[in-house]
Amino acid sequence: MNERLPEGLRELFQAAVGPGHGPWRGLFRPGDWLLVLLSAALVAASYPLLWRGGVADRAIVKRDGQVVTELALNTPRRYEVEGAIGTTVIEVQPGRARVLSDPGPRQYCVQQGWLTRANAVAICAPNHVTLQLGGRGGAHAGYDSINY
Amino acid sequence: MTASTIELPVAADDHRIARYAAAAIALSVAEAALPSPLPGIKPGLANIIVLVVLARHGWREAAWVSLLRVLAGSLAIGQFLAPGFFLALAGAVCSLAVLALAAALPARWFGPVSASVLAAFAHVGGQLLLARAWLVPHDGVFYLLPLFATAALVFGTINGLIAARLLAEPAPRECVS
Repeated sequence: MNERLPEGLRELFQAAVGPGHGPWRGLFRPGDWLLVLLSAALVAASYPLLWRGGVADRAIVKRDGQVVTELALNTPRRYEVEGAIGTTVIEVQPGRARVLSDPGPRQYCVQQGWLTRANAVAICAPNHVTLQLGGRGGAHAGYDSINY
Repeated sequence: MTASTIELPVAADDHRIARYAAAAIALSVAEAALPSPLPGIKPGLANIIVLVVLARHGWREAAWVSLLRVLAGSLAIGQFLAPGFFLALAGAVCSLAVLALAAALPARWFGPVSASVLAAFAHVGGQLLLARAWLVPHDGVFYLLPLFATAALVFGTINGLIAARLLAEPAPRECVS
């Protein structure tokens, strides 16, 4: 295939892939290596820092804005809370929680499924009940899943 | 940097800036045709030209080329005064500021690759800050920072290598026509 390349391109190709001198590596100066490696480490470190909400460790159940109970997310269990129009059932499994059933007409909070991240919220508005996951810190502890 | 021993008429560096800017504009127009997975992630090939001009002719001309590129490039692809234009401008201004500092790094240790990577990070930083302040007034934009920073590192390194490769060639002779 080399013969079909025009003169100049072939030269460039040979310079780039030719044996021995490794021309691309030669273009790095010592500080460049340092800077590129340091930035790569910083970029890699930024992924977990910025991309993951805090790990959830408890489920907070509220009725009319008042905390009814906090459930640790380490043992599976169910919890029933009496709301304005009936009983909302919260299910907890290790690391996650969901609204198992709710008397509300549209079932939004049930269909939201499992919540896994800190500050995620499921709101059963007709029954005045909310389920929120709490976690330790995280880069954005001030935000919940309602924030856009 | 080639200190010119002859007095060039003023028009000569104007010509030079225009030629380099034309190359940069062509690259940024060509690059606008590339599909991108995320708005804002682009190779930024025009910055190769800015780096070459910076090394050969100093910061002032690099700034001219970079800003002309943003202006004329956005006109060419119909983005002038659109949000993308201001984002590009913010990125260009920030990376020029960082290039002014990077030019002070000892050349024995730091080459075009360092300048390119630093400028790419500044570019992303400037764009994100403007986007945060103006387009998406919420800290959620910073969730994208790792992606943008990765792109800046990869493309900054590649662009810097290409610029270093070009700078290793003898400079084109000035033809004042």
